[in-house]
Amino acid sequence: MELEFLMRIRGLLAAATAGLLTLGLAACGADEPEASTGPVSLRMTVWTSNEAHLKLFNEIADAYKAKNPRVTEVKFDPIPFESYTTTLTTQIAGGNGPDLAWVLESSAPDFVGSGALLPLDDTLAKADGYDTADLSPAATNLWKNDGKLYAYPFSTSPFGVFVNNDLLTAAGQPTPAQLIAKNEWTWDKAVATASASHAKNGKGGLVVRDFDYKTWDNLATVWTGWGAQAWSADGRTCGFDQQPMVDAMTFLHKAIFTDQALPGPGTTADFFAGDAAMTITQISRASLLKDAKFGWDLVPLPSGPKGGYSVIGQAGLGALRKGKSPDVAADFLAFFTNPENSAKLAAYFPPPRTSLLTADTLAKTNPLLKPEQLQSVVINGISTGVVKPSHSGQAEIAQAVRSALDPLWKADADVKTVLGGVCTAINPLLSK
Amino acid sequence: MKRPFWTGSRRDHLAGYLFIAPQLIGSVLFVFTPLALTAWYSLHEWNVLADTFTFTGTDNYQALLDDPRLGDVLAATGLFSVGLVVLNLTLALLLAVLLNQRLRGTTFFRTVFFSPVVVSLVAWTIVWGFLLQDDGGVNGLLKAVGVDGPNWLREGGTAMVSVIVVQVVKNVGLNMVLFLAALQGVPGSLYEAATVDGASRWRQFRSVTVPMISPTILLTSIITVVGSLQVFAQIAVLTQGGPGTSTTVLVYYLYQQAFQFHHFGYGATLSVLLFAIVLLLTVAQWRMRRKWVFHES
Repeated sequence: MELEFLMRIRGLLAAATAGLLTLGLAACGADEPEASTGPVSLRMTVWTSNEAHLKLFNEIADAYKAKNPRVTEVKFDPIPFESYTTTLTTQIAGGNGPDLAWVLESSAPDFVGSGALLPLDDTLAKADGYDTADLSPAATNLWKNDGKLYAYPFSTSPFGVFVNNDLLTAAGQPTPAQLIAKNEWTWDKAVATASASHAKNGKGGLVVRDFDYKTWDNLATVWTGWGAQAWSADGRTCGFDQQPMVDAMTFLHKAIFTDQALPGPGTTADFFAGDAAMTITQISRASLLKDAKFGWDLVPLPSGPKGGYSVIGQAGLGALRKGKSPDVAADFLAFFTNPENSAKLAAYFPPPRTSLLTADTLAKTNPLLKPEQLQSVVINGISTGVVKPSHSGQAEIAQAVRSALDPLWKADADVKTVLGGVCTAINPLLSK
Repeated sequence: MKRPFWTGSRRDHLAGYLFIAPQLIGSVLFVFTPLALTAWYSLHEWNVLADTFTFTGTDNYQALLDDPRLGDVLAATGLFSVGLVVLNLTLALLLAVLLNQRLRGTTFFRTVFFSPVVVSLVAWTIVWGFLLQDDGGVNGLLKAVGVDGPNWLREGGTAMVSVIVVQVVKNVGLNMVLFLAALQGVPGSLYEAATVDGASRWRQFRSVTVPMISPTILLTSIITVVGSLQVFAQIAVLTQGGPGTSTTVLVYYLYQQAFQFHHFGYGATLSVLLFAIVLLLTVAQWRMRRKWVFHES
């Protein structure tokens, strides 16, 4: 009994440390990069597993390999979006990082500021016909540090409102297009129509997609209309307890709990399955509407008390300094994002190249969207858009905000007190 | 005459070492090495992105003492463990006693209660996540009988209860089977003797059944306590530690610190703390056996 028992305890302790295995194994195999002239295989982590996206990537990679026989393989490695950054950093910690990686805007400051990525300026300047002057400064701003570009913002995707016209019409409500024509497309009207639609058919009114009462940074698509921001531009002052934010959140709280214009916490409604009248999301989701059984539209965000505005989400592509052949990786990056390939990628990812940002060019590769939709949402959005909040140490700040905002998502919440609590929670992190 | 090198006893020794070698190598590689490395990492600040690994002495342990969130995390961990252990063991013993009767259909019910044990943990938890939504199956059922159910996973108190119950229903079958085996090992003659002495059913349970199965109670309680301290997937899938930090238990907090916030050194420090707690509790339970475990006295 004694021996058997001790063995069992040992097994249990093994289990207790199982989670640390990753840490333990991480120490082994952290190779230093070395310049070589042998064959090179590249790996690039992405968060899309869309077949059309990957097919395009592979076509570009094949063209690159044909020109550079030294590169024997370019592998695109999809990682689920929800755990993307965690998985990527764990791979890097384990000495098993990729050669190139997509980087989410929220972790841009951490990646750009840490020295994990290779500066790209020299490689891009040398690349044939690259034309770095064509890159929009608004798009590259987030990816620069001390004047050097550390990642190429391959996707600069504005948020817009997708509308199920059938649901709104059936509920006797005006469509956003009609409201826009009358110059009445405001947040008040958006909430009123969403609320009426929900009351009529029981389906979701307006859904801030992927927010789900957790991913709060998507609410920037709402509060920017009130001139609110999560923190000041220098990242040092908390914005949650300031009047614009209090006003915006009071409006949102009423829209959720009094008007029931937005589905409450723990209720799901998928717009693309026809379960909601409107949804705020990035235009790249248009592909989900290929087989839509309802009449739909894409319109800009409603205007807030501070007038019209737009919000963009970004994703960058960088070459990791610790990769096996960082120079080759950077060279591939330059090829992947040259004017010719950027035009191809524009089918799915709005490019940072001003020459490509015309309704005509984008219409060629976005057959689902009309030129006026592209002009009003994409092109105007990119030129005026505010990027979603980001900060160094974003993951920890995001978690602190999420926890502190939780008490807001109740019918009887005191908005001002809760928002004050958010600042109390993140002030020590902002000043780090 | 020269004695051959491979004497009988040497052969036996070699065979013995060879038999334990796979287990030993596995343990050294996958248990003791990570354990030592974790302790080593806990003395460092490790920034994965910047690729720096700096010795910081006991800074991380000082940070542990100063961490304003640690109190809440330990309280949530304690609440989860106590809730889980009490509910799990009580229910497992109750089910085992009920299903130990010679009645029709007991095999069917044993299978029913044991089947969640073999279901994939994450799949099980995701399904429960749907059921516990505000407009999910559980509240739909409650509505049918006229009760307006709470928003289970979004309110402080019910979120913790939900996580505990989902975990108990998942694993109670395992302890139930262990208890059943123990119950069937209790000699019938003891009950006959107790009946002759005029002991009631309750008295028989207290004075015959419980002492006879006390080694199994010890075993299941240790397994369940240790398991409860390691809960992770359920929290990650159901609540992500929320609402607020009400379900942020130690392992989830460790995961956040190391893998989400990239404080690998501090994460390692938290695992050392977890290890110490598990070790302490296990040793305490093992010592207490002398007081109440029948066979060992």
